[in-house]
Amino acid sequence: MKFYCFHLMPYTALDPDYDKKYSSAWVTLPNSYYDPKIGHALYNRYLDELELADACGFDGVCVNEHHQNAYGLMPIPGVMAGALARRTKSARIAVLGRALPLLNNPLVVAEEFAMLDNITGGRFVAGFVRGIGAEYHSFGANPAESHDRFHEAHDLILQAWTQPGPSLFEGKYYRFEYVNCWPRPYQQPHPPIWIPSQGSRETIEWASHPDRKYTYLQTFSPITALARYMNMYRETAQRYGYTATVDQVGWAVPTYCAETDEIAVREARPHIEFFFNKLLRMPQEMLLPPGYLSLASLQGVMQAKRALSSGNQTIEDMMEKGVFLCGSPATLREKLESYQAQIGFGYLLPAMQFGSLPHELTRKSITLFAKEVIPHFRAPAMAPAVAAARA
Amino acid sequence: MAMQETFESHNGCKIRLMRGGQGAPLLFLHGGGGAPLWLPFMEMLSRRFDVIVPEHPGYGGSDTPEWLDQIGDLAYFYLDLIDALKLSGVHLVGTSLGGWIAAEIAVRDCAKLMTLTLSAAVGINVKGVPKGDLFMWSREQLIRNLYHDQKLAEAALAQPVTDQGMMVYAKNQLANAKLGWQPRLHNPHLAKWLHRISVPTLLVWGDADKLVPLPHATAYQALIPGAQLRVIEGCGHVPHVERADAFVAAITDFIGRAA
Repeated sequence: MKFYCFHLMPYTALDPDYDKKYSSAWVTLPNSYYDPKIGHALYNRYLDELELADACGFDGVCVNEHHQNAYGLMPIPGVMAGALARRTKSARIAVLGRALPLLNNPLVVAEEFAMLDNITGGRFVAGFVRGIGAEYHSFGANPAESHDRFHEAHDLILQAWTQPGPSLFEGKYYRFEYVNCWPRPYQQPHPPIWIPSQGSRETIEWASHPDRKYTYLQTFSPITALARYMNMYRETAQRYGYTATVDQVGWAVPTYCAETDEIAVREARPHIEFFFNKLLRMPQEMLLPPGYLSLASLQGVMQAKRALSSGNQTIEDMMEKGVFLCGSPATLREKLESYQAQIGFGYLLPAMQFGSLPHELTRKSITLFAKEVIPHFRAPAMAPAVAAARA
Repeated sequence: MAMQETFESHNGCKIRLMRGGQGAPLLFLHGGGGAPLWLPFMEMLSRRFDVIVPEHPGYGGSDTPEWLDQIGDLAYFYLDLIDALKLSGVHLVGTSLGGWIAAEIAVRDCAKLMTLTLSAAVGINVKGVPKGDLFMWSREQLIRNLYHDQKLAEAALAQPVTDQGMMVYAKNQLANAKLGWQPRLHNPHLAKWLHRISVPTLLVWGDADKLVPLPHATAYQALIPGAQLRVIEGCGHVPHVERADAFVAAITDFIGRAA
């Protein structure tokens, strides 16, 4: 199993009482809540944390794109990836991902990613997403066109990377007389492509298609959903006539590692609860604008929602559902081994910083996890788990 | 003639259509909530007119055709439908999103129209006067913001909501987003051509419209030659529901004088 340290770069100093006045930390939360002096310190702190993850043995570091919110401060993730490109030495750098339908001109993503791939000499991983529903409100992008634009923008970027330029691109939303990407990607034919998703049959059918075989990442979902979607990926691949490798599925999950289980829960509690209850808080209309989900998926969500409890979640709820990994190195090894055996995924993307988790605790958790958990899953020790998952 | 509900196909799209009454044809184009029911104002109008109420492609009981991308697609669809139904001398009445479609029809071709009525119509932008954000409102907020009289909103909210009802709501919102998310509920080019409307035009507006505030009415009035404005006091975004009597009176009076 490979380990990629994921970072959302939240605004940790957000006044937790903001929700007495505002319904969400997205879209309409006034930016007067943001203090640039704190932001300056945070950006540099967060880069230090990802550089630390590289230095202590993570296989990769990940940044991502979010707009106009306190949940993630990276509207332009390429800025952070660019900074990391020069300071990290061995880790891959993954942008997970650019939100293609939000952009008027997706060719800039082909260019940006090709630059990163060139600077790092091929240490780059390309992620494509549709963005969070709230971002369609923030960016004036039409959610009813979200799926179609995503697919078309993807096709455009792939054409820019793989077809000799200049070439003609004739889409419904994008049209270019001269697609001619300078620079070309360092990795040939193009950098690995990963598709983060909160789970959808349509996305899995698209990502697992034999023309693509993209790595599918299940993000911030209960363990039962993780198992369901990973199995769906493998089954879909079988229907397409091939066997998916473990490298085609990954799991992104907030993770905290401390000396003992008791210390881990005590230290993580306020910060993970801040993450789920304050930073992710969003009314339905913001989260799911019309068309963001297909009508068929929406029906499923409406039925699933009835089964979910509402209100604030505690750390115990999150750990039980498996939306948060927390404990001593021994506990984390045991849990990961068991999930790995049941579910079988080739990549783990732990978000080692989450919510308001301060720097010292983040450092400690990254260091301990890298020293005590990661080595346990290095080949060949993981071979039996993979075999079990495939059986 | 009692109301008849039919399904019919035009341009590769099956639509649901209600029709009742006798007299000159009155084509009513519904707003963003669809037209699931034969409402009291339709019944009142059907005493004088042949009232025709289609559900737009993409809405309610009608199909969503592949070709539906923008508001002009619906304008051309209805111009075709008017021909297919062999209608002429049509009194075209549109409310909210249906008003936008009606205006887009009229700038293209008024030949089959006798009069035009736009009620609480979206379709144009008035700088400095934002429309209500129906995409950010919850279903409850939307219903509350449609009415001035909150008793009517509460009665509407007291109706039980079925799963099927929620799916229709989601389908209609999807069509609303497709047509009006960006630019928000207007066509930046429509205002340039409203002078082409050559039939008598009435604007009907609630003075307390929270979705399409009253300055939109005066802006339309300034752009459509000879347009008359009838403001209904103490009324929100749906005069045809909230003040059906006044709405029907305004239209019949206007058509009577225009004829």
